[in-house]
Amino acid sequence: MNVITDAICPFCGSLCDDLTIKVENNKITDIQRACVLGHNKIAGVTDHARIEAPLVRKDGELVETTYEDAIERAAEILVNSKRALSYGWSSTSCEAVSKAIELAEETGSVIDSCANVCHGPTTLAVHEKGSPAASLGQVKNRADLVIFWGCNPVHAHPRHMSRYSMYAKGFFTKKGRKGRHIAVVDVRETDTAKIADTYVQVDPGCDFMLLQAIRSAINDNEDVIPEIVGGVPKETILELATMMKEARFSCVFYGMGTTQTRSKYKNGDAVSSLLYDLNQYSKSVMIPMRGHYNVTGFGQVCNWETGYPNAVDFTRKFAYYNPGETGASDTLLRGDVDAALVAAADPGSHFAQEAVKCLAKIPLIQIDPYHNPTTELADIVIPAAVVGVEAEGTAYRMDSIPLRMKKFIDTDFKSDEQIVTDILEKVRELKRGA
Amino acid sequence: MKLETKLITGRTAYQGSYLENKTNPKYFEECACCEMNPEDLNKLGVSVGENLNVKTAFGEVVVKARENDGNPEGIIFIPMGPWSNAIVNPDTGGCGTPGFKGIPAEVEKTDKEPLDMISFMRTYYYQ
Repeated sequence: MNVITDAICPFCGSLCDDLTIKVENNKITDIQRACVLGHNKIAGVTDHARIEAPLVRKDGELVETTYEDAIERAAEILVNSKRALSYGWSSTSCEAVSKAIELAEETGSVIDSCANVCHGPTTLAVHEKGSPAASLGQVKNRADLVIFWGCNPVHAHPRHMSRYSMYAKGFFTKKGRKGRHIAVVDVRETDTAKIADTYVQVDPGCDFMLLQAIRSAINDNEDVIPEIVGGVPKETILELATMMKEARFSCVFYGMGTTQTRSKYKNGDAVSSLLYDLNQYSKSVMIPMRGHYNVTGFGQVCNWETGYPNAVDFTRKFAYYNPGETGASDTLLRGDVDAALVAAADPGSHFAQEAVKCLAKIPLIQIDPYHNPTTELADIVIPAAVVGVEAEGTAYRMDSIPLRMKKFIDTDFKSDEQIVTDILEKVRELKRGA
Repeated sequence: MKLETKLITGRTAYQGSYLENKTNPKYFEECACCEMNPEDLNKLGVSVGENLNVKTAFGEVVVKARENDGNPEGIIFIPMGPWSNAIVNPDTGGCGTPGFKGIPAEVEKTDKEPLDMISFMRTYYYQ
């Protein structure tokens, strides 16, 4: 029996690195300390139905084909397209992302990550105002006030609270949960709000107003705050502001409740502006609650290779970035792409209906371990190994800390990195032939 | 009776548990549902497990009713997935990300059944 300690969980942006995995005869027999999300993903590698062989759509049905045939067809689609969309790359390694960017450049495609339907607006907010950052270790060791704004870690990042933010005991936070005040701002009383010390219920789409009101209170401009802002009484706003000013070290964790609602990137911008003012009195930082375990890694790799974090368009033979134009959703909504390569993501499930309709119309190549709604629309399907379980690689945690993911078991499936390398080679061969 | 509400979509641990297992009927069960305040369910005369038709300016979808007293009255929640995304606002407002939260939605009781994952994709997206 092989016991793997300090194993990294490849599910969410918390990237918990304390799992113990037991392997017998190349089968995972025990998973310790993982949450329900991580456990189901790791156990699922052998439990769930996998895509066993490469598939190609013939007369409306997906039929088995060889790996070489699938790679060749995928390469042909990309070479023959005027402008293809390469999307996803968030549940895979940085090494695969790097190759995917090379392929996008070679084929003059648009490449975007899952941030497009997630923390994309956060990136824009950071461009506007910057982001006072910290590592999760600093939050664990120092924070006496934690605010979860528009996020629900009980469901989306279940071990975040015990490892870093709510219950964790650190150097200056020896009392753990007892020494820490937890506030939640949300439009509904989520399971995270139910275990917080303070719950502030804001009306949908009013986060920006509430943030600005708290900022006014921090700057001693109480007189300009109306009696109610976004459904929140002035008294509560003043309490929140005092709480933030008096904290020794506070952290605002913010989620989809800020990026997917009205005001979008202006909400992240408002958090940053608020913290800028707050840092004149106290120490405060902000960390986005990233969903896919390596969506942060995509941003890092894309930044150092192209100068931009996502939504990069290579149509002009150089990197061009304008997320409202070159983002995956916008290119699909305008019908601006004539083929798509989707890997390590599921836009069939997670894009808005109008964008999915466009995906259904164009040739679609999918690289994924599992059958999902995107498979229903795909024309070529290439099965892949599960990175972080069957293949190793680097991933970045939500606080931009890189961690090396281990391989627990062997597999015959090829890694995303290998598949995209093979497509790239074929693309170059076809282009030379032409 | 129709109820005017605002729709919020997002992650639940149950939906997330089946993220890499979407052909499993449990994924369908955990996503094709709508969490509402018990008072709102009373207003509609709907019990937990009965079917609701949720309609927005962008489409309509049939889901199962669930109860969640954490939702204020007038706010409904559908877990992220093909069912919720059939009715979210695709407009990105020029910043790349569609509107997945705070969409005005009309809810009413229906006799129709929700469509499972494969039937749903075929009904909504096959030409």
